[in-house]
Amino acid sequence: MEAATWTVKKNMTRKERAVRFFRNAVRNRWLYAMSLPFVAWVFVFHYLPLWGWTMAFQRYRPGRPFFEQEWVGLEHFRALFQDELFYQVLRNTLAMSVMGLVAGFVVPIFFALMLNEIRLMFYKRFVQTVSYLPHFVSWVVVAGIVTKMLSTDGGPVNELLVGLGILDEPYPFMAKGKLFWIIVTLADVWKETGWNAIIYLAAISGIGPELYEAARVDGANRIQQMWHITLPGIRTTIIVLLIMSIGHLISIGFEKQFLLGNNLVREYSQVLDLYALNYGLGMGRFSFGTAINIFNSVVSVILLFTANGIFKRVTRESIM
Amino acid sequence: MGNRLLRSSTVSDRLFDAFVYAYAAFVLVITLYPFLHVAAISLNDSIDTVRGGITIYPRKFTLKNYEMIFSYQHLGTGFRNSALRTLIGTVLGVISSSMLAYTLSRKDFQGRRFVSVFLALTMYVSGGLIPFFLLIRELNLINTFAVYILPGIVSAFNVFVVRSFIDGLPYALQESAKIDGANDFTIYWRIILPLTKPALATIALFVAVGHWNSWFDTYLFNSQAEHLTTLQYELMKVLQSTQSSVDYRARNMNEVMAHISPESVKMAITMVVTLPILFVYPFLQRYFVKGMTLGAVKS
Repeated sequence: MEAATWTVKKNMTRKERAVRFFRNAVRNRWLYAMSLPFVAWVFVFHYLPLWGWTMAFQRYRPGRPFFEQEWVGLEHFRALFQDELFYQVLRNTLAMSVMGLVAGFVVPIFFALMLNEIRLMFYKRFVQTVSYLPHFVSWVVVAGIVTKMLSTDGGPVNELLVGLGILDEPYPFMAKGKLFWIIVTLADVWKETGWNAIIYLAAISGIGPELYEAARVDGANRIQQMWHITLPGIRTTIIVLLIMSIGHLISIGFEKQFLLGNNLVREYSQVLDLYALNYGLGMGRFSFGTAINIFNSVVSVILLFTANGIFKRVTRESIM
Repeated sequence: MGNRLLRSSTVSDRLFDAFVYAYAAFVLVITLYPFLHVAAISLNDSIDTVRGGITIYPRKFTLKNYEMIFSYQHLGTGFRNSALRTLIGTVLGVISSSMLAYTLSRKDFQGRRFVSVFLALTMYVSGGLIPFFLLIRELNLINTFAVYILPGIVSAFNVFVVRSFIDGLPYALQESAKIDGANDFTIYWRIILPLTKPALATIALFVAVGHWNSWFDTYLFNSQAEHLTTLQYELMKVLQSTQSSVDYRARNMNEVMAHISPESVKMAITMVVTLPILFVYPFLQRYFVKGMTLGAVKS
C-alpha cells in the first residue's frame, strides 16, 4: 500500500515531488539506517580501489598528493604491450581459462546425469555428499594433496603407474611445464565437480515424471531417456551457466597457479594476476601493475557484455 | 523418484546400470583416497613412512606427529587467529547480508533500485590487486587483525541469496505486522530473521569456509606480523618449503622437521586444517544445496 503512495505522478510540481521524497525518506528511515552503512562500506572497499586506476596513467610515487603525481598517459600500457613476458602470461591465462571452462562445464553435467541414474538412494546420497567435500577444502590443502599424489617420492599415482608397468620409473609430473595446465584443470575438476553439479541436479529434479513414463511407454531405454528428456530438460540451466562462466573467463584468479606452480614450470604457470603481483607489487612498480589489473578487468567486462548480448538474443532474457 | 522404480530388463539398461555404478564408485575412490592417504601418513611413524608403501591405513600407528606439530607455537597462534576471524567474520557477514537483503526485498523502499545496482556491480568490476593493496595501506590496515574482517563484511552474492529467499516468503506477513504498528527494524528482527534461518545457515557456511580457508590476505598484508598468522598460511609455508626447496622455509619449523620427517609434518598439519570442515559440512548439506540453487537462479 505504501508502494502506491510512492509512485510519482507526472503532473506534480518539483516542490511537491521533493516534499513527497522527503516524506517517504522519513517513512523509510529504518530501511536507510539498515542499508546505508553497508553501502558506505561497499563504497570504501569496492569502489575506492577503482579510483586507484588513475595510477596506471601516472608515474605513481607513494606518499605524494594526487595532484603532484606526474602524468604519463598510456606509457605503462605501451610498456605492457611491448613486454614479451606479457604475451606468455596472457597465453597461460587464456589456455587455463578455456580448459577450465570446458572441463568445469562438461564434467559436472556428466556427473549430474550419472548420479541421477543411481537408484539406490543411500548410495546416491553418499556419493553426492562425498563429492562436495573437496569444495570446502582450501586450495592450500588441495595443492598439497595434488603435489603429494603426484610426487616422485612415493606418490600414489607414480606407485600405481610403475606397479602396473605403464612407467619404468616415477615421472616428475610437477616439474613438467607442459603438464601444468592439465594438472591445474584436473585439480579444479577434482575440487569443484560435485559442487557445480548441485544446480544441474536441482534442475533435473524439476523435470516432470510423466515425461519419463511417456517415453517408457514408447519403448525408450534409459540412455534414450537421458538423452531425449533429462538433457533437454536442463538446457536452459546449461545455457545460463555457460554464459555466466564466459563472463568470468579471464578472471580465473591465481591461487591455484600460485600454490601448484614452482620455478621449474614458471613459463606455464604465471597468469595475469601473478604477473601483476610479481612485477607490479613485488618490484614496487605500482603503476605498471595497475595497468595489468585494468587490462584484466576491461577484458572481463567486454566478455561479460558479449556473453550477455548473445544470451539476450538467444533467450530474450538478461542475466545481469 | 518413483518413476524409476520400474525394474529395467533390457541388456542395454543393465549395462548402463553397471557403468553408472562403476563411475560413481570411481568418483568415490578418487575423492576419498587422497584424504585417507593423508590421514594414514599423519598417523604413521615418521621413520616408517620414509620406507614408502603407505596406502590408506597407518602401518605403525603413532600420535607423535601431532604432538610434534602442536609443540610448534605458531600453529597455536594460527589456529586461534583462524578461529577468531571465522567467528567474527561469519557473525558480521550474516548481519550485513540479512539486513541488506531485507531492505532490498521491501517494495516501498526508495533506495531499493540504487542499492541493488550498486551492490550488483561489485560482482563484475573490481579494482584489482594493486589498487586494493594501496587502499589497505592508506587505511593503515597492514599488520592488523582488522584486515581479515573489514574488507569482506559485505558480499553481494550472499545478499542476493538471502534476498531471493525473503522474496519467497509471503509479503502479507510484513504488511500485517506493519498494520499492528511494528517498525521496519522490528519486522526484520521478529519476522524476517527467524524465517530466513535456512538461507542464513547457508551463507554462514559460505562465509565461515571462506574465512577458514583464506591465506592470501595473511601473505599479502600480515606476513611481517607473526602474532597475526593464520592456520592456512602456516600450512602454505610448510607445504611450499620443499616444493621449491630454496626459499619460504619457516625458521622454527626446521627444528620440528629435524625430529620427524617433513612429509609427516605436512600431512599432520593438513589434517588439522581440514578436520573442522569435515565435521561441519555434512550437517549443513540440506541448507547449502537449497541456497546454491536459489542463488544460481537469481544471480
